[in-house]
Amino acid sequence: MKWFSISRFLAVLTKEFIQMRRDRLTFAMMIGLPIVQLLLFGFAINADPRNLPTMIDLGDNGPMTRAVISAMKTSDYFKFTGYVDGLADGERALRTGEANFIVVIPPNFERDIIRGDKPEILLAADASDPAATGGAVGALRGILNVVIRQNLTGALAGNTPRASPFSINVQREYNPEGRTSTNIVPGLLGIILSMTMVMITAVAIVKEYEQGTMEMLIATPVRPLEVMFGKILPYVLVGYVQTLVFLAASFAMFDIPFTGGKLAFFIGFNLYIVVNLALGFLISTVAKNQMQAMQLSFFTILPSILLSGFMFPFAGMPGWAQFLGAGVPATHFLRLVRKVMLKNAGIADVTGEYMALATILLVIGLIAAKRYRQTLD
Amino acid sequence: MTQDVEIVIDVKAISKKFGHHTVVDNFDIRVPKGAVYGFLGPNGSGKTTTIRILCGLLTPDAGSGTCLGFDLRTEPEEIKARVGYMTQKFSLYQDLTIRENLDFVARMFSIKKRRNRVDAALENLGLADRAHQLAADLSGGWKQRLALAACLIHDPKLLLLDEPTAGVDPKARRDFWNEIRRLSKQGVTVLVSTHYMDEAVQCDSIAYIAYGKKLIDGPSASIAQQVGLTTYRLEGLHLADLEDRITGQPGVVQVARFGTGIHVSGTDEAVLGKTVKKIATAENRRWSKQPAGLEEAFIYLMTGSNDNFATPDRPQQ
Repeated sequence: MKWFSISRFLAVLTKEFIQMRRDRLTFAMMIGLPIVQLLLFGFAINADPRNLPTMIDLGDNGPMTRAVISAMKTSDYFKFTGYVDGLADGERALRTGEANFIVVIPPNFERDIIRGDKPEILLAADASDPAATGGAVGALRGILNVVIRQNLTGALAGNTPRASPFSINVQREYNPEGRTSTNIVPGLLGIILSMTMVMITAVAIVKEYEQGTMEMLIATPVRPLEVMFGKILPYVLVGYVQTLVFLAASFAMFDIPFTGGKLAFFIGFNLYIVVNLALGFLISTVAKNQMQAMQLSFFTILPSILLSGFMFPFAGMPGWAQFLGAGVPATHFLRLVRKVMLKNAGIADVTGEYMALATILLVIGLIAAKRYRQTLD
Repeated sequence: MTQDVEIVIDVKAISKKFGHHTVVDNFDIRVPKGAVYGFLGPNGSGKTTTIRILCGLLTPDAGSGTCLGFDLRTEPEEIKARVGYMTQKFSLYQDLTIRENLDFVARMFSIKKRRNRVDAALENLGLADRAHQLAADLSGGWKQRLALAACLIHDPKLLLLDEPTAGVDPKARRDFWNEIRRLSKQGVTVLVSTHYMDEAVQCDSIAYIAYGKKLIDGPSASIAQQVGLTTYRLEGLHLADLEDRITGQPGVVQVARFGTGIHVSGTDEAVLGKTVKKIATAENRRWSKQPAGLEEAFIYLMTGSNDNFATPDRPQQ
């Protein structure tokens, strides 16, 4: 008896393709999912939000005040939607969400500046979501300094804020315009691949057990390896198609650069697909039915999104969370993809990620192989 | 059993445990070539597990044996290639067509001239004109015929059928058994588990299993004798009332209606005889002593043992 029969392997492969073709909805999802997610998240996620609703409590109405307000308007961060009357009214507007910011210009603002009394502008921000307000708050000081300097001329120039003895020159490398999509889109590829690869593999294998067809299969001379490769290879191809569709769409719509090594990407991408297939395979040895397989797969998606550095900077997480995050395959693929696509990296620059993915693959593979043997008997 | 008959299944003292639950307990069986051997027993008694061991899907924890001359422990692949195993549940692909299913199974067995073989199977089944229908769209009876065709595709010398006729209408069941008889005449050995009495009587030999233990084993004709039942037949009017009255009387183990009379059976011949004669005389009924048949023995066995799934740690299906 042969250890591996190509013809039986091909039979399983063909069968899997026929089944995939018959299941139109899943097939459409596999191809449609990357595009929908790309459109949705590529456009929706913005880490530097603009046009936030702002209201003014106007205690002064001089030319200086008007200059301040118009400068804030032109900065794009603030969108003035109306006036509030007093602190209580301002608090109400923040609470109801009518405004994210209340700008309070104190009475006699202009007179106090001219006198050199250093009056205070109060910017009350709804900081319940720090990400929403952080950028605007940071930008405000710069905006106001410019306005005041422009308006205080001649004899009043002495009241302008003193210039710093040194200057900071910020170079925004790899993403000079600071666009969120440049960061999000390559990462999204990792998320989409892990979502579909893990789930599809887990469900496809559990389905065989649940519907009893696995018992028929193992009662034939077919070898476990022939079944596994025959079942999994079609989904590797799905992963390839998803990636092609995704990359084409992201170049066309988001103008994402791809500066690094193609081969470096290709190796990492294949490694990542295999890791996800192994994870799906592991889930299939635990789950008793398709519903459980789905739930377990979803369970792996949240860490991929939240701990991998996809949504939030990895370095900003506490040590234990970074430790957990390092065990998530998406973490390493995300770094790899961002390095290669945005930072002009080659194979030598991403060996660390290769090693990490290979280690995770080894661990998952060992556990899965151990569990697989137990379920057979 | 004479020695010159070729023995197809020869298994000694096999046991299988799932966790702490012994599913097959010290089980022996010898099945001669061409026999139709029936496996009877309540749900969860270990019939399915035994069949899985016999076709090389499971390795026994203890004991040894051969199937078609191949060792159960060391040559499961040889056994798998030569045995036709039909699972309890329909286990072909619902989302493949009839032809695709047969073709797939044929490829699993690396059959030469596959196309001809599949065409012949479709013709044989009477499914040639429905070959492109999805298996999911077939009725229970047709699914069962398809499953049988699939496990015959490699011309196995031994058929292991696990409750093949569950959920199939009587006409289809009769056709199915005609097919089994035909195969048996051609020298195919058949081991079949069943719940149905009318199927049990069609078997040449019967093994009765409960809680993983074989309690009775022998030619169908001798089963009643082995069980040790005595049966009396009572006739006359108002049989339903009579049934109620006689149930629970001394010596009466089981009462069953047969045509125009009732059969009263028990294991203690003397006590049962006294009860029957007393009632028959009092009510002026005709009575006669009958040789206990397989039907009585079967009902006795099936009602005597409860559902074996009542034990903890039932094996996974």
